[in-house]
Amino acid sequence: MFDDKRPEELAYVGRSSDRPDTMEKLTGEATYVSDMRLPGMLHAQVKKSPHARARIVRIDTGKAAAMPGVRAIITGDEVDVHIGLYIVDKYVLAKGEVRHYGEAVAAVAADSLEEARAAADAIEVEYEVLPPVLHHMDALKPDAPLVHPDLGSYGYVAAAFTPMPGTNIANHTKLRKGDVDKGFAEAAYIVEREYDCPSVQHVPMETHVAIVQWGKGDRVSIWTSAQSPFTVRNLFCHAFGLAHAQVRVQIPYVGGGFGGKAGIGVEPLCAVLSRKAGGRPVKFQATREEEFSLLPCRSALTYRIKTGVSAEGKIVAQQMTMYWDSGAYADYAVNVTRASGYSASGPYEIPNAWVDAYTIYTNKPYGTAYRGFGHVEFHWAVERHMELVAQAIGMDPLLFRLKNALRPGSKTLTGETIQKNTGNVVACIEDAARRIHYGDLTPEEKERQKQTGWKIGKGVAALHKAPAMPPFTATAVILKMNEDGSVLVNLALTDYGQGTYTSIRQIVAERLGFPPKKIRVAFENDTDRDPYDWQTVASKGLVLSGNAAILAAEDLLKNAYDVAAQALHANPRDLAHDGERVFLRHHPDKGVSFSSMAVGLALPNGNGIGGPLIGVGRYIAQGLSNLNKETGEGTPALDWTFGAHGMIVEVNEESGEYRVLKVASVYDVGRAINPDMVRGQAIGGMMQGLGTATCEGYIYDKDGRLLNPSFTDNKIPTAKDLPLEVECAVVETPQIDGPYGARGVGEHSMISVAPALGNAIQKATGAELTHMPMRFEDVWRALENREPIDNWITKSPVGSCRSAPEARPKE
Amino acid sequence: MKITLTVNGDRYERECAEHHTLLRFIRETLGLTGTKEGCGMGECGACTVIMNGRAVNSCMVLAAEADGAVIQTIEGEAKGPTLSDIQASFERNHAVQCGFCTPGMVMSVKELLASDPHPSVDAIKEAVEGNFCRCTGYTQIVEAVTELTGTGAKGGLDHV
Repeated sequence: MFDDKRPEELAYVGRSSDRPDTMEKLTGEATYVSDMRLPGMLHAQVKKSPHARARIVRIDTGKAAAMPGVRAIITGDEVDVHIGLYIVDKYVLAKGEVRHYGEAVAAVAADSLEEARAAADAIEVEYEVLPPVLHHMDALKPDAPLVHPDLGSYGYVAAAFTPMPGTNIANHTKLRKGDVDKGFAEAAYIVEREYDCPSVQHVPMETHVAIVQWGKGDRVSIWTSAQSPFTVRNLFCHAFGLAHAQVRVQIPYVGGGFGGKAGIGVEPLCAVLSRKAGGRPVKFQATREEEFSLLPCRSALTYRIKTGVSAEGKIVAQQMTMYWDSGAYADYAVNVTRASGYSASGPYEIPNAWVDAYTIYTNKPYGTAYRGFGHVEFHWAVERHMELVAQAIGMDPLLFRLKNALRPGSKTLTGETIQKNTGNVVACIEDAARRIHYGDLTPEEKERQKQTGWKIGKGVAALHKAPAMPPFTATAVILKMNEDGSVLVNLALTDYGQGTYTSIRQIVAERLGFPPKKIRVAFENDTDRDPYDWQTVASKGLVLSGNAAILAAEDLLKNAYDVAAQALHANPRDLAHDGERVFLRHHPDKGVSFSSMAVGLALPNGNGIGGPLIGVGRYIAQGLSNLNKETGEGTPALDWTFGAHGMIVEVNEESGEYRVLKVASVYDVGRAINPDMVRGQAIGGMMQGLGTATCEGYIYDKDGRLLNPSFTDNKIPTAKDLPLEVECAVVETPQIDGPYGARGVGEHSMISVAPALGNAIQKATGAELTHMPMRFEDVWRALENREPIDNWITKSPVGSCRSAPEARPKE
Repeated sequence: MKITLTVNGDRYERECAEHHTLLRFIRETLGLTGTKEGCGMGECGACTVIMNGRAVNSCMVLAAEADGAVIQTIEGEAKGPTLSDIQASFERNHAVQCGFCTPGMVMSVKELLASDPHPSVDAIKEAVEGNFCRCTGYTQIVEAVTELTGTGAKGGLDHV
């Protein structure tokens, strides 16, 4: 919508604008669920499994129940409720069997946190320890224990997923395009490699937290730190058999999500405790350790790619096999698998393609959505693979990428034809390369290399992603005019830091022609008040809610014009407006103010016309389809956001230490509604991507106990890990059905950071890294030509996040 | 036990449990919830407050240790309805996203600027190294400080 507007025609869109939430956040006034206390509120704690897989023989809550302050204790046997969105495979509390280390087997609500903790400690659980299946490749073996023997009885979305009962495979996504056998037969070169990456944590600074009150008459109120209020409500109502009108979900400020709060989390646990405690509100906040082990993480991946290339360097066939480790539950992981499956090649044209993507159960903490929804992980493989294939066939990796990049007329894996307006990955790749002076070292870099003895290398990696969502995903926005002519915006898309509300405000301001200061977006979401939104995920928020906001603004204006036309005895066609009033175009001095019409216009004689001015905008994704489950054919993409990173790194070849000198990131965002915020998303995601690339990852002992569930042993990047130089740029190929031409970029910044780094390290040193993260010792091992060790299931944890020391002159 | 301390210029005399941290005392006893808990183990810096002129992780200080102390939290940073220079620069430079690390981050920057009014970029990174931020990638936070102290400019997005 309005994709063809030129920048000079726009007053607010395309220009930076302050965020509406900074005042509250900078003063400490912003209230998060972790700050909330309700009258009579109880505090919950959980008893967690110390085993990766065990049968629960007996739970004795007698001692705990007699302790002071304890108001409710609950075990899995009392809650026969499965919860899930795509595949309904998880109990509220473990029942019969525990499936991962840290899983909750019982919960307590007490007057104080200390009393709850003491009571949880006093619960006695007798386990029969069973052999766990830890590595996802082991889980595929015929004799592997089954994590979910009852898989065949679970509900799932049949249009999209294919569970395989009797195995550990929760879903098998297939894609078949062209004739791979013929393609490989015609190929001049065939290169096959395998890549992997471990599970990692989202690390929102506010851990998962909820307060739930299960009131009399089964009226349930939920306050939660979550991304998607309507998904929480819908899944909650399905699980407990409640009417939607009985359940209210409220989301105040949220301290980060990154996908980890996309679905339903700790709300059901609080709810069953509140119900048992006679309706007193119950609060549960995960400790940081519980955030790592009780709550979900990102799935690990092993990705095998076999590529056939012509003598001229064109990819002619590619076979792609993804093995996703979903951990103990696969509710979201099955959809990560599906979305990754249909995007599996990266932004390249593959005429003959064959994809098998498996979601595999193991006895580990479970995977869920994480910024990028699988694309961070599989682009690690794809973009390292492009580099290694180029090397194998003796072609420059940048040229190889450009030769195979999607262009207008190219067909994606699912058969969609790329249009000129789809976006321009070629421009992104070329600009990222230009910004790092790809291919050569500058005189300054040569001098630096001479001074330090650290080798400088440059790499590029490209990326693409479409929102992973049902083809009929919908949202709505409601505008309400206040008495003074200002406007309140209600929507259930949440803003947990990414800044979408700032952009929505600019879009509403632009379409209404009102200054942004007259527009307020209501920050606290409420399913009793806000119109429906599917979920705040997938980088779809700006596009879908932005379109709904435009339509709502148009509806509001139409309603205002109708009243003004009556008041002015004019045809609505002859009216115009500014930020204050509606007037006759041919007699601008004759008009009526928005404030006088806001809650109904009173005529001089006291008669009223109109009524409170509101505007309703509804939007549903258009023209998308389910994918054929055998071939993958269909139209899954609301839009494709393309991008590329260029990276310069210096590496100490003796020790494997390295330092990132520069990152240049370029995305085709269609239109940057707010350039400062695009940059914030770009740099924030890039740094999160560097965390994944350099140091983060779950480490287990051989029995499946998580060894590093803390910031001491599982660090995230700090300010000292910043590259010396960071550049962000946008290409703007307008999205025809995006608001003012925009498309999403929230997740994309995190994708392909890791392979850009890996490619740069390879260029500097020749190290062929295929495992992520790339800790210094991993680089050293690659340089020493030693086999990578399996760091992720081990008795001795190795590696930690640390800043590279400043490169020193050679002694 | 009873402790007496000054927080944001207000004097408080309150009972507190011996095992309560300063963080818990500030949040639960005084009701000043601007200071956040991110890990409770002294790793993430979300709970940073200024105690007797030094930025500390308030989750690692017992309330009892703060008896007689002068404390500043984020609630004492703005003067009346007006943001402080540091806060205003954070706002201008988009140094805030989810906001959960922001109170602690502002406190660390405040301590830095009190001792070094024109810090180098390296000194800024060093000063906030103990404050984890998962959203911003830190660049706009560093820019907020350099723009405020006149050693750098607001960053920008390039259009190809």
